[in-house]
Amino acid sequence: MLSLMPQIVIANSLADGFVVFLTASNGWSSRVRDATVAHDDADAEVLLRSAKAAAENNLVIDPYLIAVELKGDAPEPTEYREYIRVFGPSVAIPSGQ
Amino acid sequence: MYKYDEFDSRLVTERAEQFRRQVKRRLSGELSEDQFKPLRLMNGLYLQLHAYMLRVNVPYGMLSSTQMRKLAHIARKYDRGYGHFTTRQNIQYNWIQLEQVPDLLAELAQVEMHAIQSSGNCIRNVTSDQYAGVAADELEDPRVWCEIIRQWSTLHPEFSFLPRKFKIAVTGSPNDRAAVQVHDIGLRMHRNDDGQAGFEVIVGGGQGRTPHIGKTIREWLEPEHLLSYLEAILRVYNQDGRRDNMYKSRIKILVHEIGADTFRELVETEWAELRDSELRLPQSEIDRISACFAPPDYPRRADAKTLLDSQAAARPDFAAWLHSNIAEHKVPGYAIVNISLKSLAAPPGDMTAKQMVAAADLADEYGFGELRVNHRQNLVLPDVPQEQLLELWQKLNTHGLGTANIGHVSDIVACPGLDYCSLANARSIPIAQEINARFQDLDRVHDIGELSINISGCMNACGHHHVGNIGILGVDKKGKEYYQFTLGGSSGRDAALGERTGRGFPAAEAVDAVESIIATYLRLRASDERFVDTYRRVGMEPFQEALYGAA
Repeated sequence: MLSLMPQIVIANSLADGFVVFLTASNGWSSRVRDATVAHDDADAEVLLRSAKAAAENNLVIDPYLIAVELKGDAPEPTEYREYIRVFGPSVAIPSGQ
Repeated sequence: MYKYDEFDSRLVTERAEQFRRQVKRRLSGELSEDQFKPLRLMNGLYLQLHAYMLRVNVPYGMLSSTQMRKLAHIARKYDRGYGHFTTRQNIQYNWIQLEQVPDLLAELAQVEMHAIQSSGNCIRNVTSDQYAGVAADELEDPRVWCEIIRQWSTLHPEFSFLPRKFKIAVTGSPNDRAAVQVHDIGLRMHRNDDGQAGFEVIVGGGQGRTPHIGKTIREWLEPEHLLSYLEAILRVYNQDGRRDNMYKSRIKILVHEIGADTFRELVETEWAELRDSELRLPQSEIDRISACFAPPDYPRRADAKTLLDSQAAARPDFAAWLHSNIAEHKVPGYAIVNISLKSLAAPPGDMTAKQMVAAADLADEYGFGELRVNHRQNLVLPDVPQEQLLELWQKLNTHGLGTANIGHVSDIVACPGLDYCSLANARSIPIAQEINARFQDLDRVHDIGELSINISGCMNACGHHHVGNIGILGVDKKGKEYYQFTLGGSSGRDAALGERTGRGFPAAEAVDAVESIIATYLRLRASDERFVDTYRRVGMEPFQEALYGAA
């Protein structure tokens, strides 16, 4: 299934723990629209290898590939777990009161 | 409250400094994630779906107003302005940054708090009755024993690498509000035939994917032997508990596999060696700890029931709040106030920093500066003068803390679920909020009466769905969230595990299913029968019929 879909690499940044995405310049961004997209498995493998090197170098934790759809400005994960991970809790953060 | 002695303070401060060095080594790359993970978990730091999550212990749910203000400060300075009170009477922060954790822990240590043993395969925070020390129905204050257990279990060298996590709960009241029958060890105080208070020792209860009601392995234990007996149980578990499969490693599996009688024999044999060791509690030590929980000097007050009745007659909302949120205090003229963290405004158990400060201020103004967290994710102000209840209620309302639903349909327990948790299969909070929104009419809520709804987003059952009168379990079914229902669960003196109704419902139908269950109950209940009693009387069939149609 995964191989038929475009893919991006997601991870947590080591120092602050927040969700980050592998970018085209081999960096990491907290914005999913900056994610570099692999369109086939071979490309995806290259991205994952580079991400794992970043984990070895203690920049990020636990990088892995997720399937996305390309619609609108930013890649959208196809699985709801990853959707929530990318876009944050589906419920409002308590505030005000 | 228990005040740290020199030893406690040093331990907590040194531990925070130790973790500072460990974090530094991790950030510099000296430690790999595999090497660091067990160290951070020993300090309550998880990596969740979006970020690091820190679980801070609230020992047996007791907080001073000073500590609560510190929790608010931490929410503001290190998180996004809120925290989540859990079903284990602790607090979790969802957006903590690793590099800031050392400073955060140092700040916690200043108010005698920490996150040690809030994760990992060790003895976790001891939980208890949120009304401890003030309940009218209490035999003895359980906090004394909780504190004794806390000191014994903190960094206990023999029990730092148990097969799995270990949870102990204590109740000092015959009306169990601490869910002692669904803990690894549950301790229930009661009197023996000679009128002496001691413990019934219940072992092997628990929830998760293999729920069990605990088995009583000793009807009555003399309090001076508490620690030696606990040590004997832990020793047997540490020795014989399974380590081959994490899902079969809790003590409940061991007790179930070898049987309660065999387990009891093993414990008694071990105990024979231990009972007269240095673990036997000297009366002087029991007295020393008891003194920390001596009741405050209550100014004498007349019973204010007549005043409350007249105030309530003029204000139906206040009457409803009195009905659901107030519990009977042991001292005349005082009341125990429950603060609901189940308004529509936020997920169950969530509280903003501003609300925390408000609650701390109210604890000072209308009590002795104390608050409690309960295992249903609400707070308690333990010592409120009855004549000040109206004034307090009005102030609570200005902070969104006056919801009149304790023990009722909208007082829903929910784990963080897939909105935050990396283990979850489905979301819990949106279902809780939708049910809450559906039951906003207070008259209807109070007409339905006592009812517990518990929601978990996965089999691990942090939302305690097995013991909810209505339990809801979120599952993933081919990439979609589904919700399975159980009925008849209870965590009180009449503890029971809920029974599955049948196939689950997609998210969009889950709240209708709750409505249908409740409508069935209302149709069948006899006079003022509680939901769970109706269920026990009529059984599953009418509910299944309502949910799935006639068979």
